[in-house]
Amino acid sequence: MRTPISFFLLLSAVLFTLGTLGVLLRRNALVIFMSIELQLNAVNLALVAFSRQWGNLNGQVLAFFSMVVAAAEVVVGLAIIVSLYRKRRSADVDEASLLRW
Amino acid sequence: MVIGADLPAINSAMPIWIVPLFPLTGALVLLLTGRRWRGLLSGWFASFLVGASFVSTIVLLLDFLGGDGEAALVNRLYQWVAAGSFSVDVAFRVDPLALVMALTVSGVATLIHIYSIDYMRGDPRFARFFAYLNLFVFFMLVLVLANNFLLLFVGWEGVGLCSYLLIGFWFERKPAADAAKKAFIVTRIGDSAFLIGIVFIWLRFQSLDFEVVFARAPELAAGTATVLALLLFAGAVGKSAQLPLHTWLPDAMEGPTPVSALIHAATMVTAGVYLVVRAHPIFEASEVALTIVATVGIVTAIYAGLSAIGQDDIKRMLAYSTISQLGFMFFGAGMGAYSAAIFLLVAHAFFKAMLFLGAGSVMHGLRGETDMMRMGGLRRAMPLTFWTWVIGWLAMAGIPPLSGFFAKDQVVASASENGRLWFWIAALVGSLLTAVYMSRATFMTFFGRPRSEQKPHDAPPRMGLALVVLAAAAAFGGILGLSAVNGILPAFLEPVFGAAEEPHGPLTVLALALASSAVAVVGIGIAYLVYGSGRIDWVALRSRFAGAKRASQRGFYVDDVYTGGLVAPAKLGSAFLAYVFDRRVLDGAVNGLGRIIGAFAGRGRAVQTGRVRSYALAVLLGVVGVLSYLVVRF
Repeated sequence: MRTPISFFLLLSAVLFTLGTLGVLLRRNALVIFMSIELQLNAVNLALVAFSRQWGNLNGQVLAFFSMVVAAAEVVVGLAIIVSLYRKRRSADVDEASLLRW
Repeated sequence: MVIGADLPAINSAMPIWIVPLFPLTGALVLLLTGRRWRGLLSGWFASFLVGASFVSTIVLLLDFLGGDGEAALVNRLYQWVAAGSFSVDVAFRVDPLALVMALTVSGVATLIHIYSIDYMRGDPRFARFFAYLNLFVFFMLVLVLANNFLLLFVGWEGVGLCSYLLIGFWFERKPAADAAKKAFIVTRIGDSAFLIGIVFIWLRFQSLDFEVVFARAPELAAGTATVLALLLFAGAVGKSAQLPLHTWLPDAMEGPTPVSALIHAATMVTAGVYLVVRAHPIFEASEVALTIVATVGIVTAIYAGLSAIGQDDIKRMLAYSTISQLGFMFFGAGMGAYSAAIFLLVAHAFFKAMLFLGAGSVMHGLRGETDMMRMGGLRRAMPLTFWTWVIGWLAMAGIPPLSGFFAKDQVVASASENGRLWFWIAALVGSLLTAVYMSRATFMTFFGRPRSEQKPHDAPPRMGLALVVLAAAAAFGGILGLSAVNGILPAFLEPVFGAAEEPHGPLTVLALALASSAVAVVGIGIAYLVYGSGRIDWVALRSRFAGAKRASQRGFYVDDVYTGGLVAPAKLGSAFLAYVFDRRVLDGAVNGLGRIIGAFAGRGRAVQTGRVRSYALAVLLGVVGVLSYLVVRF
């Protein structure tokens, strides 16, 4: 018996919401970054679930793409966070509010 | 290379363009390498090139005389402008008139170059001075050798530019810089009329070449001819400093004295006379235009003569006298006595260049003093300058047998020969004034007791050389035109102007000559009585007639009228536009717009908090908003 799709989607929604809340509420850049990864993986889960549901490989291919892009993004993002930390001795995003009037 | 084969192109054995090429080379070399020249070498270099130009003009003359009697030799170099049907060549022309002008220009210029080597010695911009002088000679030669109106105009504007550069040569002094601007702007008024005239000539004849235009000029209707002639004449009035555009010339004396001699006495200012004489077929098609030329000429001659009497500055006196003599030349041209006008032009180039160089020698000896009130008795201290000046003075006053006598007599006599007695009498009055102001200056400068403590010295050798050669030319130049009918110059110019008519006025040639010389003697006598004899206390007369003196000295307030009537209102209008209209209205509109946008932006920028999390929230809300819209919609 196949697990119904709604289970997967529910889990995906829960993970995405957790990720979103993490982005909005946490101030440490590293934690925000991890939350974003959580959101991405929630979406990946939904994609793979849909792919299985419809017997179509498009969703799985798209999930792979999103993982590759996420890996590339981690490289850049971590580099920015490290240099931010070196510069300011803190990874608090609220303190790094320079780009404003 | 000959393009434009539809017109007959007679090529002389020697290319004409060589003549202006020499000074152009000098100007370019000196302008590009001016700082590297040391000592007086650049002056010799420039003088040599102008001398080469003079020699090649003589070769051209011999070439022309040895030719088979064509009226003109023309060199077409290349087609310069080709726009639709409008086509102008760069073409040079040699005919008797051009030769006389080119010889005068290059000859006098050579002497003045040599003179300047001494006069400008030690000037920090020595080489640049000679670069400008060479450039001037180049443009002047282009002017007199041009074969069409447009190329003539190039030379015309070019000499104006050099005049500007040289008047303002000592631009550190504000009067010099102002005078340069004034000369440039005032002559520009005439030049714009001249340019309009050139456009009209094109519209009427579909050509600017001299041979085409002048061959067809007699077909002109009287009205058209009057308009054309007066437009050209307006250009001549500006360039030759005739009433009412004469005010720039006295101020132009701020330039170095050799410049005054070369540009503002001998050559450039006579370009207007050359233009009128060159374009005489157009003027002859209109009786009205000729009469206007003669009237402007004689009125200017008398006006400037009266002004010259009141001058204390030796160079301003000579400037007014130049205006007056140019008036005589226009008078002669207006009377149809073209060869007499050209004869006076040549003689004037000799004696006025000589007088200016003499004045320069006096200034050189007195450390730049130009006020005749602080001269006097210089004849013992500077004998060479004195004796050459005497020749120039008597030549200009019109004492036979010096060149000025023959030249001016022929111009004055032309009125009587035309049967216009009133013009003749006016011309005699003008000659009387000439004799008076020249003699006054001579007595004030060289006779009497010295009125300053300076120890003057005579001219250095190179200045002396130029003075002596020009004085000889002023003395013997009369040989060129002993008779107005068959003298050397009139006979040479005959192919251009047609044969001179036998005089048919009420008075014989001898009586006319006697009348002019009598007038000259009377003029000198009056001046001697007042300024030379010591019997009249002329210093006291100056204060008794102070009003008349001041009026004469200020040129009868023409300049003041221009300043008050034209310049001041224009400045007022500009000030209104600059400080009221521009600042309040234009700037106000622009600044107001900026302020409105700024106010909106001030509200809007509060959104940019710089906090990443608030941006993330905004993104989230945006996505939720768009998604709910899509959900509701479908």
